[in-house]
Amino acid sequence: MAFFEGKEMTGGYGGPDIITSCTVDVNRGEIVAILGPNGAGKSTVMKAMLGLINLKSGTVTIDGKDISNLSPQDRVKQGISFVPQTRNVFTGLSVKENLEMGAFLRKEDLEKVIEEIYELFPILKEKQSQLVGELSGGQRQQVALGRALMIEPSVLMLDEPTAGVSPIVMDELFDHILKVKQTNVAIIMVEQNAKQALSISDRGYILVTGENKFSGTGKELLNDPRVRSSFLGG
Amino acid sequence: MDFVNAIILLLNYIIVPALSYGSQLALGAIFVTIIYGILRFANFATGDMMSFGTMFAVLLTWYFQSLGISLGVLPTALLTIPFAIVITVLYMLTVDKFVFSYYRIKKSPPVMLAMVSIGVMFVTQAIVRIIIGPFDRRFFDGERFILKANEFKEMTGLNEGLAIKSTQVLTIIITVIVVSILFWFLNKTKTGKSMRAYSDNEDLALLSGIDPKRVVMITWMIAGILATIGGVLYGLDKSFKPFTFFNNMLPMFAAAIVGGIGNPFGAFLGGYVIAFSEIFITYAYKKFFMYVLPESMEPNSLIQLLSTDYKFAVSFSILVIVLLFRPSGIFKGKVL
Repeated sequence: MAFFEGKEMTGGYGGPDIITSCTVDVNRGEIVAILGPNGAGKSTVMKAMLGLINLKSGTVTIDGKDISNLSPQDRVKQGISFVPQTRNVFTGLSVKENLEMGAFLRKEDLEKVIEEIYELFPILKEKQSQLVGELSGGQRQQVALGRALMIEPSVLMLDEPTAGVSPIVMDELFDHILKVKQTNVAIIMVEQNAKQALSISDRGYILVTGENKFSGTGKELLNDPRVRSSFLGG
Repeated sequence: MDFVNAIILLLNYIIVPALSYGSQLALGAIFVTIIYGILRFANFATGDMMSFGTMFAVLLTWYFQSLGISLGVLPTALLTIPFAIVITVLYMLTVDKFVFSYYRIKKSPPVMLAMVSIGVMFVTQAIVRIIIGPFDRRFFDGERFILKANEFKEMTGLNEGLAIKSTQVLTIIITVIVVSILFWFLNKTKTGKSMRAYSDNEDLALLSGIDPKRVVMITWMIAGILATIGGVLYGLDKSFKPFTFFNNMLPMFAAAIVGGIGNPFGAFLGGYVIAFSEIFITYAYKKFFMYVLPESMEPNSLIQLLSTDYKFAVSFSILVIVLLFRPSGIFKGKVL
């Protein structure tokens, strides 16, 4: 059984079901990418696993424990951290304050954790007292990642971490995500940049209209002719 | 030409009064801006919540005086502020629990909450009038002046006197202390930072595990402290009349918006911007020009840009101009 697993999840935002019988799982130290065309329900899968939407059926488990009925806040306490696609930083707060807020629930001394984050993202140390609203897009994403890592999560969920950043910054961000993976965190990310995402992922899921259409290792999917023709542009 | 007398004249009639009036406005404006930033609505009950708090300070002052308790040269009202704050905070939390929280949980649009606050305003006004009545109440005791105009004239031998009221100095000192503590709290403590985070990005704050109920409670507590202190200082300086607090809401909102709504430091400075503009524009400069110009050019008129009756028009104009040309305020704030 996988470390963090959403099993046969069905649900939506109150209207018709957006995802039907969708299964996604991830182990520690593994990156899993969720890909698919617009409107396929990629973000919805993530929201379901985080508890932001109510499931009609299906279960979400972490480390064998059923957390299907927990609120998002309580899931955060279980070590699941989420980086939303937009508005994922506190723009009016400094870099350091953003990190502190990420660990709001932790009572112990934060300096050590903050230092670890600075090691992972050296630029943040340089800009620690600057307002996040004044940083560039790529730097903001690093703040967002850093904030999410402050609870020392076992699962990190990223909703389109590279949306709206330049290709160079995108490569840099993927490097950072790989570094995070080495700290034995389970990472699930939703991505638009399918090729690049698959190239750093251990496994991938391709969703079409709310269903798992293809899944496999990054290499398998990249080389699968059906996947290539429909989603990767040949 | 007599520059020394001209400067004393300006100090006496413009700068000292504007500094104390500005401080009183600043406290109210920070109240407005904090409620807007964190609870996300324009609280039209601001003025009357201030008069509510001040009313208890007045009542308690009378009670303390009847018991023979006093602070000597300082007004007895200072002693009653903590008690009045507790009552005001309890009132605000009760109102929030029974009125505002319903709309907050329903995620009503801000304009609806603003309308609700008008309802709260009427009720609060009624409560104040039932308890203490609509009349002018003086509750100042202690030493009125730190420096009397005559004493100053004797000391310096100048024609112009400089009078400094103890309430003016108290207002400025207390405002500086309260505002410094508030900024320390917002910028340096974990709770304060979490309030700024909540104001900045509510969803992310929830994801980070910040408890919204606690943030709302502390917001009202800060609001109660600011409202009571601001109201009592204003009441000591002038007098306590429920209606004037309602009237002062316009300059307070103007100050909050000029400073960039949602930005407490902007609201603080905005208070002084409004106070100085009101007094600069409504002051009669005749005597000032008599000192600085040669006798041949002495003015015959009062040289007053606007009559003091129009002082609210000044804050209203500033409000309109700022909203037209810099909707986010002089300092960076939220756009209304």
